[in-house]
Amino acid sequence: MVLLLLKRISFMIFTMIVVSIILFLLLETGLTGDPATRVLGNFASAEQKEMWRDQHGYNQPLVVRYGKWLGNFATGNLGESIRFKTEVKNVLYPRLWNTVILGFWTFAIMIPLSLILGVLSGMKEGSLLDRSISVFGILTTSVPEFASAVFFSALFVFGLKWLPGTSSMSGGFEVRQLILPVMVLVVYDFGYVARMTRASMAEVMTSQYVRTAVLKGLPYKQVILKHALRNALIAPFTVIMLQINWLLSGVIVVEFFFAYKGFGALLLEASLNNDIALLEACAMVAVVAAVASQTIADIGYTFLNPRIRFS
Amino acid sequence: MTMESTTEMRPAGFGAAILRAIKSFGLLRESWIGMAGAFLVLFWVIVAIFAPLISPFEPNTTIQPFAMPGMTAASGGTFWLGTDHLGRDILSRIIWGSRTVLFYAPLATLCAYTVGILMGLVAGYRGGLIDDILSRISDIILSFPVLVLYIIVIATIGASGFNIVIAITFASAPGIMRIVRGLVLDLRNRDYVAAAQTRGETEWRIMLIEILPNARGPLIVDACLRLGYVIIMIGILGFLGLGLPPPDPDWGGMVNETRQMAMAFPHMTLFPCIAISSLILGFNLLADGLREVSLRD
Amino acid sequence: MNDNQEPVLVCKDLSISYYTRAGEIPAVVDFSLTVKPGETIGIVGESGCGKSTVAMAIMQYMGANGGITGGSITFKGRDLTTLSENELRKIRGSEISMIYQEPFASLNPSLKISTQLMEVPLAHENITKEEARNRSAQMLADVKIPDPERIMESYPHQLSGGQQQRVVIAMGLLSNPSLLLLDEPTTALDVTVEAGIVDMIADISRKFGTSQIYISHNLGLILETCDRVFVMYSGEVVEEGTIKSLFTWPKHPYTNGLFSCIALPTTDKNAAPLKPIRGQLPLPFERPQGCYYWPRCDHYEKGLCDQEHFKMEFVEDGASDHRVRCLRYKDIDHSALDSGDSIREKLEIGEQVLNVDTMKKYYEVRDNSLKALFTGKTVRHVKANEELNFTAHGSETVAIVGESGCGKSTFAKVLMGLEAGTGGEIRFNDKDISNIAVRDRSTEQIRSVQMVFQNPFDTLNPSHTIGGQISRVIRQFGVENDKEKVFNKVMKLLDIVKLPRDFYYRKPRQLSGGQKQRIGIARAFAGNPSLVIADEPVSALDVSVAAAVTELLMDIQREHKTTLLFISHDLSVVRYLADRIVVMYLGHIVERGSTEEVFSPPYHPYTEALLSAVPIADPEITKREIVLEGDVPSAMKPPKGCPFCTRCHRRIGDICDNELPLEMMVADRHAIKCHIPLKELSKIKPVIRIPDEAERVHAQ
Repeated sequence: MVLLLLKRISFMIFTMIVVSIILFLLLETGLTGDPATRVLGNFASAEQKEMWRDQHGYNQPLVVRYGKWLGNFATGNLGESIRFKTEVKNVLYPRLWNTVILGFWTFAIMIPLSLILGVLSGMKEGSLLDRSISVFGILTTSVPEFASAVFFSALFVFGLKWLPGTSSMSGGFEVRQLILPVMVLVVYDFGYVARMTRASMAEVMTSQYVRTAVLKGLPYKQVILKHALRNALIAPFTVIMLQINWLLSGVIVVEFFFAYKGFGALLLEASLNNDIALLEACAMVAVVAAVASQTIADIGYTFLNPRIRFS
Repeated sequence: MTMESTTEMRPAGFGAAILRAIKSFGLLRESWIGMAGAFLVLFWVIVAIFAPLISPFEPNTTIQPFAMPGMTAASGGTFWLGTDHLGRDILSRIIWGSRTVLFYAPLATLCAYTVGILMGLVAGYRGGLIDDILSRISDIILSFPVLVLYIIVIATIGASGFNIVIAITFASAPGIMRIVRGLVLDLRNRDYVAAAQTRGETEWRIMLIEILPNARGPLIVDACLRLGYVIIMIGILGFLGLGLPPPDPDWGGMVNETRQMAMAFPHMTLFPCIAISSLILGFNLLADGLREVSLRD
Repeated sequence: MNDNQEPVLVCKDLSISYYTRAGEIPAVVDFSLTVKPGETIGIVGESGCGKSTVAMAIMQYMGANGGITGGSITFKGRDLTTLSENELRKIRGSEISMIYQEPFASLNPSLKISTQLMEVPLAHENITKEEARNRSAQMLADVKIPDPERIMESYPHQLSGGQQQRVVIAMGLLSNPSLLLLDEPTTALDVTVEAGIVDMIADISRKFGTSQIYISHNLGLILETCDRVFVMYSGEVVEEGTIKSLFTWPKHPYTNGLFSCIALPTTDKNAAPLKPIRGQLPLPFERPQGCYYWPRCDHYEKGLCDQEHFKMEFVEDGASDHRVRCLRYKDIDHSALDSGDSIREKLEIGEQVLNVDTMKKYYEVRDNSLKALFTGKTVRHVKANEELNFTAHGSETVAIVGESGCGKSTFAKVLMGLEAGTGGEIRFNDKDISNIAVRDRSTEQIRSVQMVFQNPFDTLNPSHTIGGQISRVIRQFGVENDKEKVFNKVMKLLDIVKLPRDFYYRKPRQLSGGQKQRIGIARAFAGNPSLVIADEPVSALDVSVAAAVTELLMDIQREHKTTLLFISHDLSVVRYLADRIVVMYLGHIVERGSTEEVFSPPYHPYTEALLSAVPIADPEITKREIVLEGDVPSAMKPPKGCPFCTRCHRRIGDICDNELPLEMMVADRHAIKCHIPLKELSKIKPVIRIPDEAERVHAQ
């Protein structure tokens, strides 16, 4: 058990190191084009580029550069953003906080909704509720976030004029501006999680141990709450944790669409503007978030599953 | 073996394959969800094939900016879905855009499958060190948030159709490898594989002829889902401005170009969104129907 | 027992159907049964005969697509088919309990055993948790589980299969039900573990007065546990009666056919071969007009049997409750037909073909526990085969017998070249092949050592046609290469295994289990091998089909003078077909010798227990009862001394625990690996006693 924990955590660290090497190779070396050209533009002269390289230590050996780069990272020295003309962390942290708010509300609404509906439809396979959730789930997962953002804007902003069309929060934080982004994210993720929950529940309901529980003469409520749910929710737990990974993608689209000043929009801006230091920092944050949530999912799975916990 | 016998055998084999395909399509008829999906996909495939014939205008020509849906063009003809800010007919752009998406999405999926299946077969069948290495590599790639991965890859190697295919292959192959590996781990313990081994068949023959055909059911379903997902990704990349360079029509790109004007002219963004959603819905419904049918027997 | 009491359960004219896309499928038709208090009823039949459906109908748990279309199920005066879900709940688990085929799947994987046991009395009676707990622990002790307190705190996956089934039985008995349904409760278990469970089940009605319905495909088990028996065929009961009456004077041709299909100690492959039932079980929607059995019946009379469906009737001159569903039963004299009509000559034994000489196979297992990391012992050896010695001659059938985990399949893998041996030699035609992987073997070597696999459902590749698969083998072995000749050879092989030639174009899923196994045999014999190893080739088949496949296998072997290594867990089958027997336990050969030698004293104690454990479907054969304690130890942690010491009923002392016994030669090619002196072992009485022909009560 302890060993498993250590194994997962060491794999997490290993993954991050590999990812950092890939990032370094992609963005800081000539592998995919000259970084000096990327920063200074196509029209910079050769001397200008050479000077820039010297200044930023690009002429040192690769290994030394990687070591320094990683060291800077680990000590929180994230470098300077070219676009915002300030230290990366000054831009990054407030943006990150905004995204955490967005993600929190998305999860707070999506998880109970999809679990409850998924369990209810899995309990009675083939019922009206079950079939409507299935079809609704396919429908929502088929509409990309940018498309549902367009549809919702057309309806609530253009048609009904209930909600604001952008969420830039330029006049300070406003809950009304948060509604549309959260709605788009919830709708896209909800279908998937609900369908997974439904499948898991339906499988458990046809299992032999649920049959045993029914034929023991237990009350229906007890069969569901004590015997079925405990096993049926193991799979959705993993799915939800992995959903953080998907949410990161969704956040980029939604923030871009609604001009929400969050982390996703920042990452996109950094990449479109060749802001290498900012892009590296953002990418590392995204990977840490993704890998950490996966590690938690793995460890949680073993805790929830006695077959692994006691072997 | 004589020439006659081979030429004789081929049409028979070919005919049988076509018959089988028709038969499995017949099975799909029993799932209305699958039929609806097949209909949607087929609709867009026909649109893409006959784009030059059915599109009312040139997709990249400026005719009349900001025309609302249903307006008549000066040169005759109707802008059924209106025009965009550059005066291009939206219906024509959607029709031509279906060619783009139905070319790159299947191509990217096919590439991802080729790589993923080969990796999965080797990892699952051989096991041991090669399995460990391949599995770790795919774990690492899969731990990246997908879109972040695309953005970094596209940002560094540039946006083009070919690069999108590469990026999608790179990001999807590990997932496919995992599925194939799981299936192979199960299938390789079947007695018919042992029988092939005990009669001295080569490893590749066992992997490709004894094992792979029996994994096709789940893989076909997954391919449909993945096609839908790849279309979403191509759409998102276009929407974020990382897709195909203009002016060629691409549904995601159309939304990106006109979204600033969406408040005043919602038709410019609405129709491309309906187009892409309906195609993805088609693939997802088809996958669901195929799964339903395959579970029955 | 209690003759005049009200019956516990009465099923009257019960019909049950399933509704599928193809329409209504009648699973059970016209089923009537009465269970008296304390009585044990057996329901026996092959797969798809509807026996489990009956149990589920009694529990009123039919699923969404099943329903009762006629008749009634009366339990203690109340018709279960009319009760509400809430009323049923009060009966389920407290008045009627059920034991299932797969104990592991029937227990909730994420709840402790104590929780799962305690909730039964808590749901049905008004008692405290403490009381429920005490009663649960007591019940575990009653079903003979050692250390109940520890088991209470365990999760299902931490128990062995035998323990799990005992837990399920304890759960069923906790509320002291009047009726217990047992659906193939021992099918998933090893023979010696099964014997313990069966022994305990037989005790239940004595101890608790519980009535039981025991469902099984195994006539021998029914004989050992039941008072009365119902024989089902294709959804209906064809014969019912007391054990004695039905086993001694079976009236229905199907019942009699079943008895002729199973290997009894009185059968012999040469003098008294099995008589398989021809054809196969009809699918529910392919049932024939009239009697469902007539297409397979030897006594079929055109114009009579294929006309109307008819009811059960009482056997004239028979026991009072012996009933049969056959119009011609009075005209058939089964005992007359029994006299041998197909006696075969004994085969001439050939030269030595195979010599297994101190062959060893160890697996390396990486131990990833923390303890192993600290002690540095991260690699452990699992001794799957430890110093195997035996020989096989031409035309000889050598059976390798043992329970799961004894290493018999590992040996097959090394022989076939799928795994490399760790030590010793397997000399085939005087050449060691234990270390030649299959891809390094010559075509000649591959061709002459072939295998028939266990599971009919995956012995053939579902993606390719039958013809294509056999052709591939013929080409691969270099038997023929010309297209036409290959085709003709396939046709010939199909003829040999008695299958229609148009099977060439079929896919495996269009074949039944028995037909697939025949193709498997055809494939193995395609290159005219001199040695064929068959790994439980018929254990997954229904009784009537299995007999036909066994006979076919032996016929082909006879014709080709092949050496047959027959791997099996079933001593009855082995006794019937083998010339020599190798008994394995935990990787060791504990006894080997000719069939007669192994079946008569001196025995190895394990052989003795195994002989006692195998159920025999003949009421006049008596057995000495030996029930082994516990389960087979894990191959990861074998005992230090004799592998059998943890369960041995003849343990003589510390020497058994600490020292590995050496082989004692009893006679030429007969050896026993035991510490007990031969003289002692020779004094043991035979386990099975077969009455003389004169003592038998055969025909009435």
